[in-house]
Amino acid sequence: MPGSILLKNGRVIDPANGIDQIQDVLIAGGRISAVSQPGSLPDQGGVVYDLQGKWVVPGLIDMHVHLREPGQEYKETIETGTRAAAAGGFTAVAAMPNTKPVNDNQTVTVFILAKAAEAGFARVYPVGAISSGSNGEHLAEFGELRQAGAVAVTDDGLPVGNSQLMRRALEYAGNHDLLVISHAEEMTLSHGGAMNDGALATRLGLRGIPHVAEEIMVYRDLALAEFTGRPIHIAHVSTRESLSLIRRAKEKGVAVTAETAPHYFTLTEKAVDGYNTLAKMNPPLRTEADVVAVCEALRDGTLDAIATDHAPHGELDKDREFDLAANGIIGLETAVPLTLQLVRENQLDARRMMELLSVNPARILGVPGGTLSVGAPADITVIDPEKRFVFTEESILSKSRNSPFLGWELQGKAVLTILEGRITWQENGFSS
Amino acid sequence: MDPEYRFSHKHVLGLADLSPEDIQAVLQTAESFKEISARSIKKVPTLRGKTIINFFFEPSTRTRLSFEVAAKRMSADTFNISNSGSSTVKGETLIDTARNLAAMNPDCIILRHPRSGSARLLADHVEVSVINAGDGTHEHPSQGLLDLMTVREAKGGIAGLKIAIIGDIAHSRVAHSNIIGFSKMGATVTVSGPATLIPPGIGELGAQVSRSVMEAVDGADVIMALRIQKERQQDPLFPTLREYAKFFGISQKVVEAASPEAIIMHPGPINRGVELDPKLADGSRSVILEQVTNGVAVRMALIYLIMGGD
Repeated sequence: MPGSILLKNGRVIDPANGIDQIQDVLIAGGRISAVSQPGSLPDQGGVVYDLQGKWVVPGLIDMHVHLREPGQEYKETIETGTRAAAAGGFTAVAAMPNTKPVNDNQTVTVFILAKAAEAGFARVYPVGAISSGSNGEHLAEFGELRQAGAVAVTDDGLPVGNSQLMRRALEYAGNHDLLVISHAEEMTLSHGGAMNDGALATRLGLRGIPHVAEEIMVYRDLALAEFTGRPIHIAHVSTRESLSLIRRAKEKGVAVTAETAPHYFTLTEKAVDGYNTLAKMNPPLRTEADVVAVCEALRDGTLDAIATDHAPHGELDKDREFDLAANGIIGLETAVPLTLQLVRENQLDARRMMELLSVNPARILGVPGGTLSVGAPADITVIDPEKRFVFTEESILSKSRNSPFLGWELQGKAVLTILEGRITWQENGFSS
Repeated sequence: MDPEYRFSHKHVLGLADLSPEDIQAVLQTAESFKEISARSIKKVPTLRGKTIINFFFEPSTRTRLSFEVAAKRMSADTFNISNSGSSTVKGETLIDTARNLAAMNPDCIILRHPRSGSARLLADHVEVSVINAGDGTHEHPSQGLLDLMTVREAKGGIAGLKIAIIGDIAHSRVAHSNIIGFSKMGATVTVSGPATLIPPGIGELGAQVSRSVMEAVDGADVIMALRIQKERQQDPLFPTLREYAKFFGISQKVVEAASPEAIIMHPGPINRGVELDPKLADGSRSVILEQVTNGVAVRMALIYLIMGGD
């Protein structure tokens, strides 16, 4: 067992317990052993941090990452990906199944969990495939995936084009208490597209992906969730109309949750101009009106979570013709400052930020965390909301460098990440 | 033109990057070079010792030959590489191939490539000058310039003219360069065609959109028909070539709605009887072969100007 850690004088933001005040937190035996008035807790001879001006929050949980292992270790491994997670303030990540081979069976799930345990930087929650090989034809073995440790299923990266298969997945997932995650994309509309459809795509001569390609599938999956009475989670929501569909479904009582990614509230399609493949992703970056709608939905509860869709790619995948370049960006190490930007703009308050990045992901996935309750595992993130830094390639811990935020001056950073009482990340220059 | 003016571009990637003054300079230079092609000895020593690589990833007769003729008439050495003969078929990336070509110290690479933005990608990764000879559905600047030159010759100027471009605007890099070029030079551009082939936001490039071909050509000084790419027929873009010809082809009746002095253009190759009535293609209003002749002069001018000639 790791020794005790005393976190003194930090601003404890723990929405699960309705706390937002200066408190001391004592960690012992890998668990939170006390949360109390500053100065009231005895130093048990362990490490002591004075966290004046810092935030002490439940460990962040990223419910949508691509760790690439097995199969594409040149992009990321479970070790490098979870190290990047820890550096970004995350104590847990949900790993999407589009590895090579696809995580459509217990063997791959067990492998992922073993690698994660070996690395020890973050809890990894494997997400299994909906269809075997994610080829959209037959259901994967949900029961064994669940037994092996998967918490959800999705064919993420690809939509489930066959509506009957999606219906059956929702129904059958109920037997095994698995969440179904939808990658909403109507493929006949998005086919061949490389960026958001519109005037900029026309000017660049790139085939567009119209926003209705997302919305049609969001609607279908909401309708199927309502029809089957089973919960659904919509991944990486990017458009205004998708959000109004989700809002209406929630009002009707459909069991839907939804996430967006920091790039969808930070960037617009303009980032693509000049054929910037670092801003190429699926769904594509949209317009200013969509960004405004995403921020609104983060505030009003239409969106439940911020997940990064961390998608590492090598230079060969990105440094090429725009049409042919891979979709996706790394996100674990920029999520905190980009979300804090919304707090600084008074679009979100700190409590809401923690709901989006920790409380709700834990609840949606049905996993531990999201709380600083006494007795809970000590998964804790310390954020310095003032720290300014330039995001450079050299600073990145992920194995890949594909970020549109390279060279940006960012503000706010995880300076200390604690997983079950163990320090998994300590910012350079920050110490006890 | 401002006597201090100099053409200062290292690459020509699209008309979007050129100012009206730049375009003017290219056209003037091209006009002065046109006479070389009419001589009995069609060669000047201007670019002796210069090396130009034609790097063509798509089939092309007209454009590739036009660039080669242009370079040779100025005594440059030219080399042609096509996709099937290049190491990209062995899996080499475009950037690697280009870096290898650049390592042989050419003065200019002329790139034709099926992907939008590929000319820009090349220009960003090699030291050598790049001329875009057509990249995907983005731009085809030398075609736009030769069209401007042809219209200027026929009409004595460009500002104030009405240009109608009819057909597949969505997939046509020629249309994109022409819309940008003609509107920069003060003409009014109206496009028309099946709504499935009019891309979103084309107005932001400078074109007006008309639902009917007759309306688009009404009073037009220039009618430009675009090639229908038969290979796009798998996409449900319009029902049949027959119906296309009937409603969107340039016929005698369409031409009658235009200005009595209207000229007819086509970037070639023509699907005769689809987008253009064969009689019109060969008729007195057609400047289609003049476009080809001017293509050589414009490409001579581009090569000359980016190699620092003045």
